[in-house]
Amino acid sequence: MRTAVVQFPGTNCEHDVVEAVTALGGSAELVWHRDTDLSDFDGAILPGGFAHGDYLRTGAIARFSPVMTEVFRLADSGAPVLGICNGFQILCEAGLLPGALIANRDLAFICRLVEVEVADTDTVLTRTATVGQRIRIPLNSYEGNWVDPTRRGRVVLRYVDDPNGSQQQAAAVANDRGNVVGVMPHPERAIHDFLGSSDGNLLLEGFLHSLAPA
Amino acid sequence: MTQTVEPTHRQLGMTDSEFDSVVRILGREPRPAELAMYSVMWSEHCSYKSSRRHLGRFPTEAPWVVVGPGENAGVVDIGDGWLAALRIESHNHPSYVEPHQGAATGVGGILRDVFTMGARPIGLWDQIRFGPLDEPKNRYLFGGVVSGIADYGNAVGVPTVGGEIGFDPCYSGNPLVNVMCLGILKRDQLVLGTAGTPGTVAVLLGNSTGRDGIGGASVLASASFDNESREKRPSVQVGDPFEEKKLIEACLELYTKGLVVGVQDLGAAGLSCATSEPAGRAGVGMEVDLDAVHVREPEMTAPELLMSESQERMMAFVDAANVEQVLEVADKWEIDSAVIGVVRAGDTLTIRHKGEVVAEIPAASLADDAPLYDRPRARPSELDDVWATEPRLPDDLDLADAVLRLLDDPAIGSSAWVHEQYDHMLFLNTIVGPGADGSLLRVKGTNKGLAVSTDGNGRLCQLDPRRGGARLVFEAALNVAVIGAEPMALVDNLNFGNPEKPEVMWQFVESVAGISEACESLGVPVVGGNVSFYNETEGVDIYPTPVVGLLGLADPVPNEPPRIDRAEEGMEIWEIGPEPTASLAGSSAERIVLGTLTGRPTAPDPEVARQVIGLVRELAHTVPVLHDVSDGGLAVAIAEICIASEVGATIELGDPSLLFSEDPHRVVAVFEHGAVEPPGDIARRIGTVGGVALTLGDATIDIATATDAYREAIPRRMTS
Repeated sequence: MRTAVVQFPGTNCEHDVVEAVTALGGSAELVWHRDTDLSDFDGAILPGGFAHGDYLRTGAIARFSPVMTEVFRLADSGAPVLGICNGFQILCEAGLLPGALIANRDLAFICRLVEVEVADTDTVLTRTATVGQRIRIPLNSYEGNWVDPTRRGRVVLRYVDDPNGSQQQAAAVANDRGNVVGVMPHPERAIHDFLGSSDGNLLLEGFLHSLAPA
Repeated sequence: MTQTVEPTHRQLGMTDSEFDSVVRILGREPRPAELAMYSVMWSEHCSYKSSRRHLGRFPTEAPWVVVGPGENAGVVDIGDGWLAALRIESHNHPSYVEPHQGAATGVGGILRDVFTMGARPIGLWDQIRFGPLDEPKNRYLFGGVVSGIADYGNAVGVPTVGGEIGFDPCYSGNPLVNVMCLGILKRDQLVLGTAGTPGTVAVLLGNSTGRDGIGGASVLASASFDNESREKRPSVQVGDPFEEKKLIEACLELYTKGLVVGVQDLGAAGLSCATSEPAGRAGVGMEVDLDAVHVREPEMTAPELLMSESQERMMAFVDAANVEQVLEVADKWEIDSAVIGVVRAGDTLTIRHKGEVVAEIPAASLADDAPLYDRPRARPSELDDVWATEPRLPDDLDLADAVLRLLDDPAIGSSAWVHEQYDHMLFLNTIVGPGADGSLLRVKGTNKGLAVSTDGNGRLCQLDPRRGGARLVFEAALNVAVIGAEPMALVDNLNFGNPEKPEVMWQFVESVAGISEACESLGVPVVGGNVSFYNETEGVDIYPTPVVGLLGLADPVPNEPPRIDRAEEGMEIWEIGPEPTASLAGSSAERIVLGTLTGRPTAPDPEVARQVIGLVRELAHTVPVLHDVSDGGLAVAIAEICIASEVGATIELGDPSLLFSEDPHRVVAVFEHGAVEPPGDIARRIGTVGGVALTLGDATIDIATATDAYREAIPRRMTS
């Protein structure tokens, strides 16, 4: 069961994601954004960072990177696809998730541990969690404010205290099938108590379990 | 009517006698491109012409030093096959002219200094100082600098894990923006800034060269400010963190594959520096073709190409056989590259442009023959009077009110408004992050941790630059000791006024002596530094503000490193270190309560410093709370513990001068009764944790009120 960790130019959380997945016994490998064959992989993670510099709208260029054809294919096949932070922004821009991410309410970058509550467990990110469960994972974004005029998005995680103005206090959102999830805070940054929290493991375990055939 | 036209060399910031030296070296008048090169390389910023003579005072040797001062960054051996690279630099003047870009490119520049050595940058620390926030101009500068650091650091993907924030009217016309970077590398990946041997090919990597930043080092960084400084805005470079991120990854891949002989970053003085310095260090010559340089705009002249400080560029020196592979790596990471030169035997640097030789000079002369000044020094005449006037708190001082005023000060209050705008968690190394005495980063795959503290104190150094300089080093050493680390190496950023004034030069030399003496007493080598002179506006100099960045090694990392939020009801509060005197000279209480700057700061005691540092480092493995006593003295140190731990405390002494004294070598420890037994000659119990208020003798401060003052100190001023 292998996870592709997609590396765009400007991505910066890819090594952390590989480390977190590996620490849980999973197998993760970096794939470059120009790769066009992910047939050896059972799922994909789009990590955080600033793909292609994000000088345009976040994710607006990454959405056209060659690797995205394969990400679309994996998503269509029902394989787990997870976008973290910038990866969430890219998945929205690509239309794999509803809504868009705009600047935080206070127009400032926010990097701090936040508390979120599990709102939906029928997704690849939260299948091992319980509804109402509270976990602490770090937020690290400027454009973390999710808006969804269509109101179609399934909110998977909610902020306990609204840090950024996100609609329905959404911290994570899934597609209808629950196999594509975008999460704004970083589960891979909460994998050891000495980092302030190890709650992120719960979410990443859910993702790894989803790689196995149902 | 005749108009006098300044000769070109003066327009470029060169004196007549410096121009004469160039003529002497070349045996002829310099060509325009040559003059441009000498003017930037011989600027104060690049040549250290006023300071070099005194920097030799620093102790620079220790068995673990791999690379000392003189290269792009210092490098020390941290064991287990790992090296650490560190460097600090200032971007003061650019940040005043354009705060966002000035600060951003400061981050970019220090990163290149570190990854030039073969290291992956793993942490940044910013030391920033401004005038008071009640002036709109200072809020603009402060906000712009913080957003510049955030935009660049976050996007380039290197966490900003600590730093320092200060405010004083002396920085109103001249803010200080210093930034330190730490990187780690495997021992066999060390790369130096050498051009190699004849036949080696020079490959320019990264950003295209434009007209931005022309003369940044000479015109901007090496001159004083006046009201016309705004016109210097075109001399400020513009940063592109995305380009830098790709450049970091490309360079690291080149190092891993062993494809480079040497690397030099293009910072101040651009191509002039990146050709002459590596060639000079290797004792070789070089031929460079400026037509091969990838440019951002057409019709750039040779002097412009040579002086441009366009960001995100690196010069790689590559064996001819490896050039193809290097260009492929650049292509993979989507950065531009150009073969622009080749190393030749001899010592001549020959530069061609449009088929003509535009420069033909001895490569080493740009660095080695730079002017060296022994500027006059004079002890400020008013110092005796200043020392004789001890600051005294009023007899009717409202102690609770004074403590709250200190907590509400933006230099003392919570830095969260700043550091929550910085990614300080990337790479999963941050065990102790911003807002603590020092930062602690783990070294993956080992039991080791790297601790860093950066410290400056212009007020102490204004009163006594020698004692002040020494106390910075001791404070930094204590700050890494409270997280279990032993001091290992130091970098310094020496921010001073106009060196042509004898008093400023005296302050400089005294500070260097103080830092040196403290380093010697702790066995800590100085592995690099930066000098920033001409920090004056309209003839008024800043306080002498040396900033030190101290690297410590925690081996092993404590299982639970002390934190200030771990105090619990019933725990005992101890003061470790010598009994303080009632001196308030240079203290925060003097600044905030009295509004003066007078008296003579207490002298540090190297013997006591060593004893306390050793003791504290041991305690870091067993004690839940250890907190350095610095700004605001015991009163603020204990209040910070109470605020973070959400609990009150009772302190058994009420003499405000002792509570606010910032005398050195002191730490507050909090632990369960009997958990440890600190030696009685150097430690004493001073109180107990408990309740919902901080009680200092007769004064009582509600923790909720204190928390509000502390947390809002910066936000309430920035949103006003």
